[in-house]
Amino acid sequence: MSAVLAARANRAHAGSARGALRIDNAVKRYAARDGAVLAVDHCSLDIAAGEICMVVGPSGCGKTTLLNAIAGFHSLDGGTIHLDGELLCGPTRPLADPNSDRVVVFQNGALFPWKTVLDNVIFGPVMQGKLRRRDAIEKARHRLDEAGLGGTEGAFPGELSSGVRRRVEIVRALMNDPSVLLLDEPYRALDSLTKSVMHEALLEIYYKNKVTIFFITHDLEEAIFLGHRVVVMTTRPCKLKKILEVDIPHPRNYAVLTSPRFRALMEEALEAVQAEARKAFDAGEREGA
Amino acid sequence: MPSVAGEVGLRKRGPGYRAIGVPGRAGLLAYRARRWLRSPRPYLMLVGFVLTLGLWYLLVEVLKAPRFKDLPGLTVVIREWLSPQPTFGISLYSAEYHQHILLSLQRVGTSFVLSTVIGVPLGLALGSSQRIKEFVFPVFELFRPIPSLAWIPLSIVLFASGEASIVFLTCIAPFFAATLNTMLGVQSIDISYFRAAACLGANRWQTFRHVTVPGAMPFIFTGLEISMGLCWFSLVAGEMLSGNYGLGYLIIYSFMNISYPNIVIGMLTLGFVGYTTSALVRMIGRFLMRWRSRELALAS
Amino acid sequence: MAALAADGGGGVLNRKSRRAAISIAILLIIWEIYGSFGRLYGPEGATPPPIPPASDVFVTWYHLLFDADYWKSWYLSGLRVLSGFGLAVLLGIPLGLLMAISRPFYGIAFPPFEVFRPIPPLAWVPIAIIFWPTQELSITFVTFLGAFTTIVINVLGGARSIDARYFLAGRSMGATRWDLFRRLIVPGTIPSIAVGAEVGMGITWSVVVAAEMISGGGRSLSGTGGGLGYFVWNSYVGGQFPHIIVGMFSIGIAGYAASAAIRKLGEVLTPWLSTR
Repeated sequence: MSAVLAARANRAHAGSARGALRIDNAVKRYAARDGAVLAVDHCSLDIAAGEICMVVGPSGCGKTTLLNAIAGFHSLDGGTIHLDGELLCGPTRPLADPNSDRVVVFQNGALFPWKTVLDNVIFGPVMQGKLRRRDAIEKARHRLDEAGLGGTEGAFPGELSSGVRRRVEIVRALMNDPSVLLLDEPYRALDSLTKSVMHEALLEIYYKNKVTIFFITHDLEEAIFLGHRVVVMTTRPCKLKKILEVDIPHPRNYAVLTSPRFRALMEEALEAVQAEARKAFDAGEREGA
Repeated sequence: MPSVAGEVGLRKRGPGYRAIGVPGRAGLLAYRARRWLRSPRPYLMLVGFVLTLGLWYLLVEVLKAPRFKDLPGLTVVIREWLSPQPTFGISLYSAEYHQHILLSLQRVGTSFVLSTVIGVPLGLALGSSQRIKEFVFPVFELFRPIPSLAWIPLSIVLFASGEASIVFLTCIAPFFAATLNTMLGVQSIDISYFRAAACLGANRWQTFRHVTVPGAMPFIFTGLEISMGLCWFSLVAGEMLSGNYGLGYLIIYSFMNISYPNIVIGMLTLGFVGYTTSALVRMIGRFLMRWRSRELALAS
Repeated sequence: MAALAADGGGGVLNRKSRRAAISIAILLIIWEIYGSFGRLYGPEGATPPPIPPASDVFVTWYHLLFDADYWKSWYLSGLRVLSGFGLAVLLGIPLGLLMAISRPFYGIAFPPFEVFRPIPPLAWVPIAIIFWPTQELSITFVTFLGAFTTIVINVLGGARSIDARYFLAGRSMGATRWDLFRRLIVPGTIPSIAVGAEVGMGITWSVVVAAEMISGGGRSLSGTGGGLGYFVWNSYVGGQFPHIIVGMFSIGIAGYAASAAIRKLGEVLTPWLSTR
């Protein structure tokens, strides 16, 4: 198993040394009106350092719970999560410490509306005292320019379009040089035209900073376009159903979307996801779990 | 990647204009004023005032309708208010009038500041800490339903000076409103902001300063506007009862002295000053929360 | 963060109730000590100011529970609140709805309304006394004013906040203006009306108590009096300190009960909000 992992790591993402996530038999229960509900059921997943891992599954199946456990917002009721060999959370320590090594980009956006773009982006390093304010501002300007967002520094998030806001949020996250970037359906509310621009932007950023990406999405096309692997989860309780290896080489661009290999992968993924979506639909799952 | 600056319109051009085709603040004001004048709104407003004032004038001074004839009439009040030698002693020109206004303003100012300075931090604490909330909130809720005026006898007993007891009384209702609204404001902050701050490495105090306080601002200022209104509400009762200058006192005193036009002058002055102070609070709020301007513009 | 249960466990003895009980117990203890000191150190006027100890208040209250006059005060105040508040609801809701539906009416009626709104209700007392033949009517009028403004504002706000898409949906299904009013505007505004009514009820209680104090206890405005506000003022004048505090808390309880009743009514009228 580890030989396969090593091979994969070498092939797809040379140059990054940290950010290997290992989820081992994670279990999470919620208290509900009529007893406990199992949200995550013995889910195990190995993510190599620098890998883009797309997690797909029907609404309410527990993917966000997994992400929250990695980030440290929820505790686990069983199983362990390791980052680069170190224990994040497990039976001895159910709640991980949220820190800037694993930064989250939230579904509805969490750019502080009362701070300008610049203040938002320098927030991480300045709060932790890692950089002096002046240096942080310089670094922030550089990063924003790199991402094509130069000129927005003085604007408030409320003045920007949602696409721009997302990109700023990703820059804010990456300012902390994290090992893992956790994205919870970040492009869900965007129209498909903006989305395709976002995808290319994200890949551009990724090629410059080889960070592990854990990306939750509903959009299969997005998943296969961006990811090294697509992990399909079952409906609640969350369990691994199928892992697709996306062996289309990086760097990728638009043309990939219509290639025959892409089509074939889509077929495979659809088959796996449809069945779960059907089950979730019949169970009357409510959005947003 | 094309630059985003053009999209947002952030380059400076000439006066009144920021970017191509986008007016700056002065240009916007002029545009809005012109549009307002062209809409039916100002004229309807005129009709409304003419009708109300006309009705007042008609019923009291022209028709001398049964219950209305004892009321002070519109012309009488206006004449009094504007006369340099008012018959009943109160007009724009009389020093006493302005003394009353000033004293009431002073009391309201003190109470407002006191209730805000105690209430807002308390509300922030109640909203942020589950422990504090569970200990303090029950006692808070125990006293909240007691109307401020029910405290009058107690306050007279507790405070040696009449002035202090009026201020105390005036503080009570605003204090509860400010605390409650602040607490609700903290609770209304989307948990994602707290989580974002946590994973960006902020500690508890930094989160409080950079997330809790700014995030609760909209609710805090709504609460402060309500607070201001309650200050005036409580002040009038206090002044009426403990009689010692001020607009509330003016109203009661004029009633006792049968100087009826002064009652109306007092009432309208109260309304005006009350409105102005609330508007002031609202403007300060809008200034401190400039980041909301686009949100609010879109919502209207 | 999510490790602790939201209410500290189940049952009456859970963490939340325990902590509430502790705070209230501490309050009572401090009160008792402070009150007893006052008695030990001398008559009124001497330091510290005389507040009767909690035990005195509770004993007095217990005895008052058997006093018919005490309950009569409740009744009188309640009656005033009901009449003033009821009138405010009866007139305020239609006015608010009218302003919400008709732009011209809003343009005419709202500006004068906004000019009169900041005038505190109690400032109207002298005018009310001059105008209305009986004192009861003047108190009712002032009470009415207090709740009226709040209710109108809330109705307006509620009607305006109804999502425009509901209107479009209704129209596209062939609804007439009356249909839209009856089936969209009225139910859509009820939540705001309920909130406005709750706040208005609180204001109404304040005004009633104040009016009772002013008219029952003021120098020149003596009259029939009665009611809880009068009870408090009278106790003060008569130097019965425990009664003052009993009166205060009685008013608080009555006000709380009234607001709670309105809130319950609101919940009954808006079943669609409670399902989640």
